[in-house]
Amino acid sequence: MSTRKIRVATTSLAGCFGCHMSFLDIDERIVGLIEHVEFSRSPINDIKHCHPDCDIGLIEGGLCNAENVHVLKEFRESCKIIIAVGACAINGGVPAMRNHFTLKECLEEAYLDGIGVENPMIPNDVELPLLLSKVHPIHEVVHVDYYLPGCPPPADAFMKVLTDLLEGKEPSLPKEILHFD
Amino acid sequence: MSDTMKENNNTITIDGREIPFKEGQTIMDAALAADIYIPHLCHRPGLKPHGSCKLCTVEVNGRSASACTLPAAKGQEISNNTEALNGVRKTITQMLFVEGNHFCPACEKTGDCTLQAVAYHLDMLDGHFPQFYPRREVDASHPGIVLDRDRCIMCELCVRTSREMDGKDVFAITGRGIDAKLIVNSASGKLADTDITTDDLAAHICPVGAILIKEHGYEVPIGRRTFDLHTIAEPGVEPVILRKGKHADEH
Amino acid sequence: MESHNGPTGQTGAHLLHRLFEVQQQYMHIPKQSILELAGELRLPVSQVESVVDFYSFFHRTPRGRFDLLFSNCTSCGDTAMMRSLCKRLNVTPGETRADGLVSINETSCIGMCDQGPALLVNSRTLTGLTAIRLEQIAAQIEAGVPVPEWPVEWFRVQDNVRKNGLLLGTAFETGSGLRAALEKGPEAMLAEVTQSGLRGRGGAGFSTGMKWKFCREAKGDAHYVVCNADEGEPGTFKDRILLSSHAHAVFEGMSICGHIIGASKGYLYLRGEYRYLLNDLHAVLKRRHKARLLGKHILGQAFDFDIEIIVGAGAYICGEESALIESMEQKRGIPRVRPPFPVTKGYLDQPTVVNNVETLAAAALIAVHGGAWFSGHGSEKSAGSKVLSISGDCTTPGVYEYPFGVSIQRILDDCGAEDVQAVQVGGPSGTLIAPDEFERKLGFEDLATGGSFMIYSKDRDLLKVISNFTHFFAHESCGFCTPCRVGTTLLKNGLDKIASGHGTKSDVDEMYRMATMVKRRSHCGLGQTAPNPLLDALKRFPEVFEQRLVHDSEFEPHFDLDAALEEARQISHRDDAEAHLA
Repeated sequence: MSTRKIRVATTSLAGCFGCHMSFLDIDERIVGLIEHVEFSRSPINDIKHCHPDCDIGLIEGGLCNAENVHVLKEFRESCKIIIAVGACAINGGVPAMRNHFTLKECLEEAYLDGIGVENPMIPNDVELPLLLSKVHPIHEVVHVDYYLPGCPPPADAFMKVLTDLLEGKEPSLPKEILHFD
Repeated sequence: MSDTMKENNNTITIDGREIPFKEGQTIMDAALAADIYIPHLCHRPGLKPHGSCKLCTVEVNGRSASACTLPAAKGQEISNNTEALNGVRKTITQMLFVEGNHFCPACEKTGDCTLQAVAYHLDMLDGHFPQFYPRREVDASHPGIVLDRDRCIMCELCVRTSREMDGKDVFAITGRGIDAKLIVNSASGKLADTDITTDDLAAHICPVGAILIKEHGYEVPIGRRTFDLHTIAEPGVEPVILRKGKHADEH
Repeated sequence: MESHNGPTGQTGAHLLHRLFEVQQQYMHIPKQSILELAGELRLPVSQVESVVDFYSFFHRTPRGRFDLLFSNCTSCGDTAMMRSLCKRLNVTPGETRADGLVSINETSCIGMCDQGPALLVNSRTLTGLTAIRLEQIAAQIEAGVPVPEWPVEWFRVQDNVRKNGLLLGTAFETGSGLRAALEKGPEAMLAEVTQSGLRGRGGAGFSTGMKWKFCREAKGDAHYVVCNADEGEPGTFKDRILLSSHAHAVFEGMSICGHIIGASKGYLYLRGEYRYLLNDLHAVLKRRHKARLLGKHILGQAFDFDIEIIVGAGAYICGEESALIESMEQKRGIPRVRPPFPVTKGYLDQPTVVNNVETLAAAALIAVHGGAWFSGHGSEKSAGSKVLSISGDCTTPGVYEYPFGVSIQRILDDCGAEDVQAVQVGGPSGTLIAPDEFERKLGFEDLATGGSFMIYSKDRDLLKVISNFTHFFAHESCGFCTPCRVGTTLLKNGLDKIASGHGTKSDVDEMYRMATMVKRRSHCGLGQTAPNPLLDALKRFPEVFEQRLVHDSEFEPHFDLDAALEEARQISHRDDAEAHLA
């Protein structure tokens, strides 16, 4: 690759940021990594939009609302490689367990009928992104290049995949660190 | 190989390795006896072979067949652990994942789940296909057993175990095609009203987290479960799942 | 465990028949009836439930007092007509109108491809639909006129035999085949059948003589003959004619087979869509009893044989012989693991011959005229003739019989088909061919067929046809094995994506891989042939896919993003720009 650092963007869509926390568990190895990598849009640095020429986009979480879709599309347009990170990005994960119910049932439980609800009303402010009728994994909306499973994937798995990519290799996970849970 | 074996010449060849078989054995029987792993989900020694999951798809003299149902026959040349066949098996495993609701992090069977273990074995990283997200009923009516249909893979191990081992008829598959689903044999349709007990083998046979014994879910912590410590391909690992609340290192 | 496959004893006691009666009475199968039937037939409740849920013609919730099922076949179906009748009667397809009067839905091909569009109303076949007839039907329904009082000509089913051949054109005197067979004795008669070169007419083409020989040699407490009249392949209706106008030959073929294999019981498994034939078939059986061609001491000899009719309830898979046997045993129609084959372990685990209607009719003629007479017709590997069901874009659809070896072009010329884009030979599970292959010949050496012959002119949208077939297989998959259960649905969804103009090249590649896998790895013939239309079309008509693809994008979402927000828009009463996704 060229002389510039590898540009990495990260985001959490319908996720819990647990994958990001696990990523940060690489601890001091981040010092080595940062010599080769610079972060574009990411909750780590609070940059709001992707550099148009990113190399790697790490996506945590599935898609539960319109904003998730916009963010995912921005990542796909800006990043050469998209990696679905964690159970939620890969198959919807725990948020997708709401798919057992209709959206109406979910909203009524949360905002009208649930225990402890005061001033019951379903929010409809135009500032709020609308919810999709179902939570979806990201590969149903954009092409995904690689998958990093786990809930969360262990820090070693992040290191392995990023190191492989930095070395220009196809990323692969040793069986010992391949887990869905 | 003993001389008598050679004389009888009752052998088949799996991936170049010649192994003996006895009359009446399937390819799977012979392979298991020789410690050769052929991925499978719906097969369990002792039950009548079923042949529905198709994970054990092998090629016998170039023709596709299910190892669990095809009788071993003299001179069969069998491909098993090949890149192409493992690719097919991975696809089938992905199909099983997307047709149900398999959220491993939220499932108490994780780490002890054969579907998951087979997926690890086949280097499956994702479901590949769009998710079906079916809406299926959970039945927690029974005091000792919970039935979570979201995780059912239609292998019918419970159906057959109840019938063949327990002498009952607790489970059945109903419906057709992608709408097929697991039901129980009671007037109310609830598990509590069937004659199942936690002593039934059928209550313990489920390879996934669809039929679980209540109050034993986390006796073994995640990270120390069977497939956290072993791969499914290791001989003798799998039958352990039949024992509730124990993993491979605890018996 | 005998309760699982308890012998039926009499027609009325079969689970499928009892369920039919309940469905007719209550327009659905109430839970209470399931419990009662389980008690009556000594079956597990779950088994009765699973049968109710498996067969398309049984319902757990009430259908309308007038329950209409429009064929959705490309030849005898017209779903546009269905939608217009729905609109006229204010019915949502698949649902029962609130007043319980009427329900309307689709069903797989009902075998009226030569006289469509057609439908079933309360399980009676109604043919030759027109806009005027639809209006008349709507009026009868609104007036609450019971179906038996509707004009009888609406229900008329024509034979439409356009071309006679060896089978349809040779006069058959009732009893002559059986008389000849009894005279010859089982060994000699079996030798005649073997010598005739007769092969199974269902499409697979297994040697009939061999099948009978294997079954005759198999040990068992009893042997059975089963006539497979579950003619469900879309575009096939030739058994309908054999059963309506040549039933004696069919029953006689069964009896001859019974004599050879040592059976005293035969079953005809009739598809539920052909229920209208049931009374006539029973009448024929009665006449044969009277003529001492059935029952004890047939023709005064030491041969007892009887025939019972079992009626299916809407499941294409039951045309697969081992699924058919499961269905006979009052279970879901799930194909068995083979081996063992039915000839050694079939109905009630006893040696069983399952033959197509046409095969058995041919056997009756062979008994009269001899094996050499039969093998003198047709081609080298395909002796005799084939009765074809010809439908689609031609001037004279109907039944045509040809010696094997006839070319596709000859058939097209005879039935008045012009500007032909493609022919589906052998139905959706067969082969889709293009004009440059019209010199190919029918026969086991080239184009094998169970008899369906569907013609598509240049005006047809071929992608719609392929899509129709792909939907059909997803609907009819029994769900037993993973590749077919999940794969047929994935193929259906993939094709829908392309047909709706949202597919890319990558979707086509995905479908090709999935189709190949389903074909190669499925448990039975349904899955192994379900991808044929798609694979044939990709090979011979790639342009019908190309034309629909999105070319300026490498990937398109698998679901409609904006539609996925519709529910939220309704709940929140929003319709601003941010409430939409492009």
